[in-house]
Amino acid sequence: MTWENSDTTDPHHLRRITVIWLVLSIVLDLLYWFLVGPHVPPGRMTSTAKADQFDFNVLFVIALPVLVGIWEYMAYSIFAWGSKRKGVPEPVGGPTAAGNKKTEVTWIVITSVVVLLLAAFGTFSVVTGHGSGGGEGPNPLWSPAGSVKAETAALAGTGSWAPNTGAVLPVQVIGQQWKWTYRYPTFGGFESSQLVVPNNTEIEFNVTSLDVIHSFWAYQLEVKADANPQQNNVAFTKTEQLGPFVVRCSELCGIWHGAMFNYGKVVSQSAFMTWANQTETANAANTSNLPPFAWTYVPDANGASGGYYPDGKLTPYSTVETYGSKQPGS
Amino acid sequence: MSMGGRLATVLGLFLVAVGLVVWGVATLLTPGVPGGVVNFTNTQAAGQPVNLTVQTVGAIGFGSHPTWVSYLVKDPRTGQWIHDTSWKLPANTVINMTVLQFDSGSPLRNQEWGQVQGTVNGAATLNGKSFSVYNSNTGNGVGHTFAIPQLNVSVPLVGVNSNANVCGAGPCQLSSPHNVETFSFKTPGPGTYNWQCFVPCALGYLFGNGGAMSTQNYMGGELEVVG
Repeated sequence: MTWENSDTTDPHHLRRITVIWLVLSIVLDLLYWFLVGPHVPPGRMTSTAKADQFDFNVLFVIALPVLVGIWEYMAYSIFAWGSKRKGVPEPVGGPTAAGNKKTEVTWIVITSVVVLLLAAFGTFSVVTGHGSGGGEGPNPLWSPAGSVKAETAALAGTGSWAPNTGAVLPVQVIGQQWKWTYRYPTFGGFESSQLVVPNNTEIEFNVTSLDVIHSFWAYQLEVKADANPQQNNVAFTKTEQLGPFVVRCSELCGIWHGAMFNYGKVVSQSAFMTWANQTETANAANTSNLPPFAWTYVPDANGASGGYYPDGKLTPYSTVETYGSKQPGS
Repeated sequence: MSMGGRLATVLGLFLVAVGLVVWGVATLLTPGVPGGVVNFTNTQAAGQPVNLTVQTVGAIGFGSHPTWVSYLVKDPRTGQWIHDTSWKLPANTVINMTVLQFDSGSPLRNQEWGQVQGTVNGAATLNGKSFSVYNSNTGNGVGHTFAIPQLNVSVPLVGVNSNANVCGAGPCQLSSPHNVETFSFKTPGPGTYNWQCFVPCALGYLFGNGGAMSTQNYMGGELEVVG
């Protein structure tokens, strides 16, 4: 930047550029934050959706002044230092092409601060569980209080869930060509084509597949976890709004991949309890034919035949309630 | 060679090359199986239930994949068996399905599909006897399912005894061992809905997926529901 040398009739380019940039940035950031931000997908239906919306908005508010600065400088340059203006030196070569230490240092400091801010914010987001809906594998880095206990009990067949207890609800998501089904281990392990979850509840999705790789994407819940055969991929979220949501497969998985979607809903805790109890009763005959609840299932390798089987014993993750070390082998 | 001859040769080779590229692209973009649609509209008076009859065969016996398992549908006008899994149905109408199941069965990979779902009355009949849940770990197991995921319709199709004289190639005759299953479902408003078998039944493919399971016109198709 060579504003001191480029136009001797006006030495205040930097000040002018800075003021314009500052005003534009503040106005645009405020407009974005209050008018656009609350409507940014995926909405605010769950804790992870809200956190991701917040993260996106923070990143956008940081990025917007950078964008404004670049565009403003470009526009200002065209206007102030256009070759048709009198007294403007040649754009290439000459004293204007020489380095400017002050500018260089300023540039390095500003970009370094921005990058460090982004890194710090990203770390904060990870530590506080903003990405917990992303599928953390069988050994989650982040999990809410009580989740291990709930999972351990679920696998042992002793789990329970009731309204207003603050308990974590484990739900198993099973992908198969080409439909999602869901098992509720705290309600006798029934399996259903419907995904219904209670509001104001920490949900622990255990995502797996019976055949190829699928990806469970509950868009409005901001939960997206790969469904891999013989793997348990754990994702958490806390529901915070009532309403329907859509579930899609986001991994190209075969001829009917595009049709592999259904709709779920977040209902009140009492409504969920009613639905779960009714479904448990209605499906009891079929539930007795299901294999015991397990985190993953091993399909029979005989091609055109064979059932699916639990991949191990009814063993909790481990006796000390930590994830993974005793994940049943197949 | 004269200048004209050389030009003609170059032009000819260029045209051949272009032709090969066009042919290759067209081949890639053309579906392997011609996609006709069997029309079940106007087979009954408006609002009256529509009858739809299919059969499942362990090996279709003809076409480019004669050993593949498949569905066949009975043409509502000629009564002939047709290899076509795209059906045009009237909207908001009860469809009375009759399935002639000629294939053998096995335990289901996911017993969830042993439960009758989404049908009128939540049940189906197997050889005249009503049922809502079938334990595929017993008897002859389940050979296939007829399912429309978007409508939450799913019916297990119980297998025949594999030691019996199972029909070897479709279309199968009623003299071959078979089960008769009936059920009804109601079509929703206009739209396109896929249907499929949920038993990975493609013999010779890893875990039974692929092949007939992943090719249009064998173990899945589309319902074109029109108003």
